[in-house]
Amino acid sequence: MEQAHKSHPNYIAVFIGLAVLTVIELGVAFLPWHKSILILLLVFLAMWKALMVALYFMHLKFETKRLRIMVAAPLPLAVILVVAVIQEFR
Amino acid sequence: MAHASHAVTQDVMLPPADAETGAGVYTSKLGMWMFLLSEVMFFTALIGSYLILRFSKPDAWAAPGQVLNIPVTAVNTFILICSSVTMVKAYAAAADGNQKGLKLWLVATVLIGATFVGVQVYEYIHLIEKHFTPSAGLYGSTFYTMTGFHGFHVSMGVICMMFVTMRAFQGKYTQADHRGVEVIGLYWHFVDLVWILLFTIVYLI
Repeated sequence: MEQAHKSHPNYIAVFIGLAVLTVIELGVAFLPWHKSILILLLVFLAMWKALMVALYFMHLKFETKRLRIMVAAPLPLAVILVVAVIQEFR
Repeated sequence: MAHASHAVTQDVMLPPADAETGAGVYTSKLGMWMFLLSEVMFFTALIGSYLILRFSKPDAWAAPGQVLNIPVTAVNTFILICSSVTMVKAYAAAADGNQKGLKLWLVATVLIGATFVGVQVYEYIHLIEKHFTPSAGLYGSTFYTMTGFHGFHVSMGVICMMFVTMRAFQGKYTQADHRGVEVIGLYWHFVDLVWILLFTIVYLI
Protein backbone atom coordinates (compact mmCIF):
# COMPACT_ATOMS: atom_id res chain seq x y z
CA MET A 1 0.00 0.00 0.00
CA GLU A 2 1.28 3.43 -0.76
CA GLN A 3 -0.19 4.86 2.41
CA ALA A 4 -0.67 3.53 5.92
CA HIS A 5 -3.91 4.61 7.58
CA LYS A 6 -3.01 5.05 11.23
CA SER A 7 -6.29 6.76 12.06
CA HIS A 8 -9.59 6.38 10.24
CA PRO A 9 -12.38 8.88 9.74
CA ASN A 10 -15.34 8.45 12.09
CA TYR A 11 -17.32 6.08 9.85
CA ILE A 12 -20.13 5.68 12.38
CA ALA A 13 -20.68 9.46 12.39
CA VAL A 14 -20.92 9.37 8.57
CA PHE A 15 -23.37 6.46 8.83
CA ILE A 16 -25.56 8.37 11.31
CA GLY A 17 -25.43 11.40 9.00
CA LEU A 18 -26.57 9.28 6.04
CA ALA A 19 -29.38 7.68 8.09
CA VAL A 20 -30.61 11.07 9.35
CA LEU A 21 -30.54 12.53 5.81
CA THR A 22 -32.56 9.53 4.54
CA VAL A 23 -35.23 10.14 7.22
CA ILE A 24 -35.29 13.87 6.28
CA GLU A 25 -35.71 12.87 2.60
CA LEU A 26 -38.73 10.74 3.48
CA GLY A 27 -40.24 13.63 5.42
CA VAL A 28 -39.57 16.15 2.65
CA ALA A 29 -41.02 13.89 -0.09
CA PHE A 30 -44.51 14.12 1.44
CA LEU A 31 -44.57 17.83 2.33
CA PRO A 32 -47.49 19.70 0.73
CA TRP A 33 -45.13 22.11 -1.05
CA HIS A 34 -44.76 23.00 -4.71
CA LYS A 35 -43.35 20.10 -6.74
CA SER A 36 -40.33 22.05 -8.06
CA ILE A 37 -39.28 23.06 -4.52
CA LEU A 38 -39.57 19.44 -3.38
CA ILE A 39 -37.49 18.26 -6.35
CA LEU A 40 -34.77 20.83 -5.62
CA LEU A 41 -34.67 19.87 -1.93
CA LEU A 42 -34.64 16.11 -2.62
CA VAL A 43 -31.90 16.40 -5.25
CA PHE A 44 -29.84 18.54 -2.88
CA LEU A 45 -30.21 15.96 -0.07
CA ALA A 46 -29.33 13.07 -2.44
CA MET A 47 -26.22 14.92 -3.70
CA TRP A 48 -25.19 15.62 -0.11
CA LYS A 49 -25.47 11.92 0.78
CA ALA A 50 -23.62 10.87 -2.40
CA LEU A 51 -20.82 13.32 -1.62
CA MET A 52 -20.48 11.93 1.92
CA VAL A 53 -20.12 8.40 0.54
CA ALA A 54 -17.54 9.51 -2.05
CA LEU A 55 -15.48 11.64 0.35
CA TYR A 56 -15.42 9.38 3.40
CA PHE A 57 -16.28 5.80 2.39
CA MET A 58 -14.42 5.97 -0.94
CA HIS A 59 -11.70 8.04 0.74
CA LEU A 60 -11.66 10.69 -2.00
CA LYS A 61 -11.06 13.34 0.67
CA PHE A 62 -7.74 11.66 1.48
CA GLU A 63 -6.63 10.80 -2.07
CA THR A 64 -4.06 12.61 -4.21
CA LYS A 65 -5.10 15.79 -5.98
CA ARG A 66 -4.46 14.13 -9.35
CA LEU A 67 -6.92 11.33 -8.63
CA ARG A 68 -9.55 13.78 -7.37
CA ILE A 69 -9.25 15.83 -10.57
CA MET A 70 -9.55 12.65 -12.62
CA VAL A 71 -12.70 11.59 -10.76
CA ALA A 72 -14.24 15.06 -11.18
CA ALA A 73 -13.48 15.10 -14.94
CA PRO A 74 -16.51 13.11 -16.21
CA LEU A 75 -19.02 15.03 -14.08
CA PRO A 76 -19.21 18.07 -16.45
CA LEU A 77 -19.39 15.58 -19.34
CA ALA A 78 -22.35 13.89 -17.65
CA VAL A 79 -24.13 17.24 -17.30
CA ILE A 80 -23.36 18.13 -20.95
CA LEU A 81 -24.74 14.74 -22.08
CA VAL A 82 -28.06 15.24 -20.29
CA VAL A 83 -28.44 18.93 -21.23
CA ALA A 84 -27.59 18.23 -24.90
CA VAL A 85 -30.14 15.41 -25.16
CA ILE A 86 -32.83 17.50 -23.41
CA GLN A 87 -32.35 20.19 -26.11
CA GLU A 88 -33.14 17.55 -28.76
CA PHE A 89 -36.45 16.73 -27.09
CA ARG A 90 -37.63 20.31 -26.53
CA MET B 1 28.13 -4.63 -24.32
CA ALA B 2 27.82 -5.92 -20.78
CA HIS B 3 26.84 -2.43 -19.71
CA ALA B 4 24.10 -2.23 -22.37
CA SER B 5 22.66 -5.59 -21.34
CA HIS B 6 22.56 -4.46 -17.72
CA ALA B 7 20.75 -1.28 -18.72
CA VAL B 8 18.05 -3.27 -20.57
CA THR B 9 17.54 -5.58 -17.58
CA GLN B 10 17.17 -2.59 -15.31
CA ASP B 11 14.59 -0.94 -17.55
CA VAL B 12 12.46 -4.05 -17.83
CA MET B 13 12.64 -5.41 -14.31
CA LEU B 14 12.57 -2.43 -11.98
CA PRO B 15 9.17 -1.26 -10.79
CA PRO B 16 8.23 2.21 -12.07
CA ALA B 17 9.19 5.20 -10.00
CA ASP B 18 6.42 6.82 -7.94
CA ALA B 19 6.13 9.63 -10.45
CA GLU B 20 5.26 7.10 -13.16
CA THR B 21 2.33 5.46 -11.34
CA GLY B 22 -1.02 6.70 -12.56
CA ALA B 23 -2.37 9.57 -10.45
CA GLY B 24 -0.13 8.52 -7.55
CA VAL B 25 -2.16 5.41 -6.69
CA TYR B 26 -1.46 1.72 -7.24
CA THR B 27 -2.52 0.18 -10.54
CA SER B 28 -5.53 -1.91 -9.48
CA LYS B 29 -7.04 1.03 -7.61
CA LEU B 30 -6.49 3.30 -10.61
CA GLY B 31 -8.08 0.61 -12.81
CA MET B 32 -11.13 0.41 -10.54
CA TRP B 33 -11.50 4.19 -10.57
CA MET B 34 -11.29 4.18 -14.39
CA PHE B 35 -14.01 1.51 -14.49
CA LEU B 36 -16.16 3.48 -12.05
CA LEU B 37 -15.80 6.62 -14.18
CA SER B 38 -17.12 4.66 -17.17
CA GLU B 39 -19.96 3.54 -14.89
CA VAL B 40 -20.71 7.20 -14.12
CA MET B 41 -21.35 7.73 -17.83
CA PHE B 42 -23.41 4.53 -18.03
CA PHE B 43 -25.73 5.53 -15.19
CA THR B 44 -25.82 9.11 -16.49
CA ALA B 45 -27.20 7.78 -19.77
CA LEU B 46 -29.89 5.84 -17.85
CA ILE B 47 -30.78 8.66 -15.44
CA GLY B 48 -30.61 11.27 -18.22
CA SER B 49 -32.95 9.26 -20.47
CA TYR B 50 -35.31 8.78 -17.52
CA LEU B 51 -35.42 12.50 -16.75
CA ILE B 52 -36.05 13.42 -20.38
CA LEU B 53 -38.90 10.90 -20.67
CA ARG B 54 -40.31 11.85 -17.29
CA PHE B 55 -40.47 15.57 -18.02
CA SER B 56 -41.69 15.17 -21.59
CA LYS B 57 -44.52 12.79 -20.55
CA PRO B 58 -45.27 13.56 -16.87
CA ASP B 59 -48.72 11.93 -17.04
CA ALA B 60 -47.19 8.49 -17.61
CA TRP B 61 -45.92 8.45 -14.00
CA ALA B 62 -47.97 7.86 -10.87
CA ALA B 63 -47.51 10.07 -7.79
CA PRO B 64 -44.77 8.93 -5.36
CA GLY B 65 -45.96 6.02 -3.20
CA GLN B 66 -49.02 5.24 -5.35
CA VAL B 67 -47.50 2.23 -7.14
CA LEU B 68 -44.05 1.81 -5.58
CA ASN B 69 -43.70 0.85 -1.94
CA ILE B 70 -41.65 3.70 -0.42
CA PRO B 71 -41.44 2.37 3.20
CA VAL B 72 -40.02 -1.00 2.06
CA THR B 73 -37.53 0.69 -0.28
CA ALA B 74 -36.53 3.21 2.40
CA VAL B 75 -35.67 0.26 4.66
CA ASN B 76 -33.75 -1.32 1.77
CA THR B 77 -31.86 1.96 1.24
CA PHE B 78 -30.95 1.89 4.92
CA ILE B 79 -29.81 -1.74 4.50
CA LEU B 80 -27.49 -0.76 1.63
CA ILE B 81 -26.05 2.15 3.64
CA CYS B 82 -25.41 -0.32 6.49
CA SER B 83 -23.52 -2.57 4.05
CA SER B 84 -21.31 0.38 3.05
CA VAL B 85 -20.45 0.89 6.71
CA THR B 86 -19.58 -2.79 7.23
CA MET B 87 -17.46 -2.64 4.05
CA VAL B 88 -15.49 0.38 5.19
CA LYS B 89 -15.09 -1.22 8.64
CA ALA B 90 -13.63 -4.31 6.88
CA TYR B 91 -11.14 -2.04 5.11
CA ALA B 92 -10.24 -0.29 8.38
CA ALA B 93 -9.78 -3.69 10.09
CA ALA B 94 -7.46 -4.82 7.27
CA ALA B 95 -5.45 -1.58 7.48
CA ASP B 96 -5.12 -2.08 11.25
CA GLY B 97 -4.03 -5.72 10.83
CA ASN B 98 -7.19 -6.94 12.57
CA GLN B 99 -7.80 -10.23 10.74
CA LYS B 100 -10.79 -11.25 12.87
CA GLY B 101 -12.49 -7.91 12.26
CA LEU B 102 -11.74 -8.10 8.53
CA LYS B 103 -13.46 -11.49 8.19
CA LEU B 104 -16.40 -10.49 10.39
CA TRP B 105 -17.14 -7.23 8.53
CA LEU B 106 -16.72 -8.87 5.10
CA VAL B 107 -19.19 -11.65 6.00
CA ALA B 108 -21.59 -8.99 7.30
CA THR B 109 -21.26 -7.06 4.02
CA VAL B 110 -22.00 -10.17 1.93
CA LEU B 111 -25.07 -11.00 4.04
CA ILE B 112 -26.43 -7.44 4.06
CA GLY B 113 -25.76 -7.04 0.32
CA ALA B 114 -27.60 -10.29 -0.39
CA THR B 115 -30.48 -9.06 1.81
CA PHE B 116 -30.76 -5.92 -0.35
CA VAL B 117 -31.05 -8.07 -3.49
CA GLY B 118 -33.61 -10.31 -1.71
CA VAL B 119 -35.79 -7.33 -0.77
CA GLN B 120 -35.58 -6.05 -4.36
CA VAL B 121 -36.74 -9.43 -5.68
CA TYR B 122 -39.61 -9.38 -3.12
CA GLU B 123 -40.54 -5.88 -4.35
CA TYR B 124 -40.49 -7.01 -8.00
CA ILE B 125 -42.72 -10.03 -7.24
CA HIS B 126 -45.29 -7.81 -5.51
CA LEU B 127 -45.21 -5.21 -8.28
CA ILE B 128 -45.65 -7.85 -10.98
CA GLU B 129 -48.59 -9.32 -9.01
CA LYS B 130 -50.12 -5.83 -9.17
CA HIS B 131 -49.58 -5.93 -12.99
CA PHE B 132 -46.82 -3.32 -12.83
CA THR B 133 -44.54 -5.07 -15.33
CA PRO B 134 -41.64 -3.88 -17.54
CA SER B 135 -44.16 -3.56 -20.39
CA ALA B 136 -46.48 -1.31 -18.33
CA GLY B 137 -45.67 1.81 -20.33
CA LEU B 138 -42.84 4.28 -19.80
CA TYR B 139 -43.14 4.13 -16.01
CA GLY B 140 -42.72 0.35 -15.87
CA SER B 141 -39.96 0.07 -18.47
CA THR B 142 -37.82 2.87 -17.00
CA PHE B 143 -38.35 1.61 -13.44
CA TYR B 144 -37.26 -1.96 -14.22
CA THR B 145 -34.38 -0.83 -16.45
CA MET B 146 -32.86 1.46 -13.83
CA THR B 147 -33.46 -0.63 -10.71
CA GLY B 148 -32.69 -3.82 -12.66
CA PHE B 149 -29.27 -2.60 -13.82
CA HIS B 150 -28.53 -1.42 -10.31
CA GLY B 151 -29.65 -4.75 -8.83
CA PHE B 152 -27.40 -6.53 -11.34
CA HIS B 153 -24.47 -4.41 -10.13
CA VAL B 154 -25.24 -5.25 -6.50
CA SER B 155 -25.53 -8.97 -7.34
CA MET B 156 -22.15 -8.92 -9.11
CA GLY B 157 -20.74 -7.03 -6.09
CA VAL B 158 -22.02 -9.73 -3.73
CA ILE B 159 -20.38 -12.45 -5.87
CA CYS B 160 -17.06 -10.58 -5.97
CA MET B 161 -17.32 -9.88 -2.25
CA MET B 162 -17.79 -13.60 -1.58
CA PHE B 163 -14.53 -14.22 -3.47
CA VAL B 164 -12.73 -11.52 -1.45
CA THR B 165 -14.19 -12.94 1.79
CA MET B 166 -12.93 -16.41 0.84
CA ARG B 167 -9.45 -14.98 0.25
CA ALA B 168 -9.64 -13.14 3.58
CA PHE B 169 -10.31 -16.47 5.33
CA GLN B 170 -7.21 -17.85 3.56
CA GLY B 171 -5.18 -15.02 5.09
CA LYS B 172 -4.41 -13.35 1.74
CA TYR B 173 -4.87 -9.80 3.03
CA THR B 174 -2.31 -8.37 5.43
CA GLN B 175 -1.81 -5.03 7.10
CA ALA B 176 0.92 -4.29 4.53
CA ASP B 177 -1.09 -5.37 1.47
CA HIS B 178 -4.90 -5.36 1.46
CA ARG B 179 -5.44 -3.85 -1.98
CA GLY B 180 -8.16 -6.36 -2.89
CA VAL B 181 -10.32 -5.21 0.03
CA GLU B 182 -9.91 -1.54 -0.86
CA VAL B 183 -10.64 -2.08 -4.57
CA ILE B 184 -13.86 -4.11 -4.01
CA GLY B 185 -14.80 -1.53 -1.39
CA LEU B 186 -14.61 1.25 -3.98
CA TYR B 187 -17.01 -0.68 -6.24
CA TRP B 188 -19.37 -1.40 -3.36
CA HIS B 189 -19.55 2.22 -2.20
CA PHE B 190 -20.11 3.36 -5.79
CA VAL B 191 -23.11 1.03 -6.06
CA ASP B 192 -24.42 2.49 -2.78
CA LEU B 193 -23.88 6.02 -4.10
CA VAL B 194 -25.84 5.24 -7.29
CA TRP B 195 -28.71 3.82 -5.23
CA ILE B 196 -28.85 7.00 -3.13
CA LEU B 197 -29.49 8.94 -6.36
CA LEU B 198 -31.89 6.33 -7.82
CA PHE B 199 -33.96 6.19 -4.63
CA THR B 200 -34.59 9.93 -4.85
CA ILE B 201 -35.15 10.05 -8.62
CA VAL B 202 -37.24 6.91 -9.06
CA TYR B 203 -39.15 6.66 -5.78
CA LEU B 204 -39.40 10.08 -4.14
CA ILE B 205 -39.79 12.52 -7.04
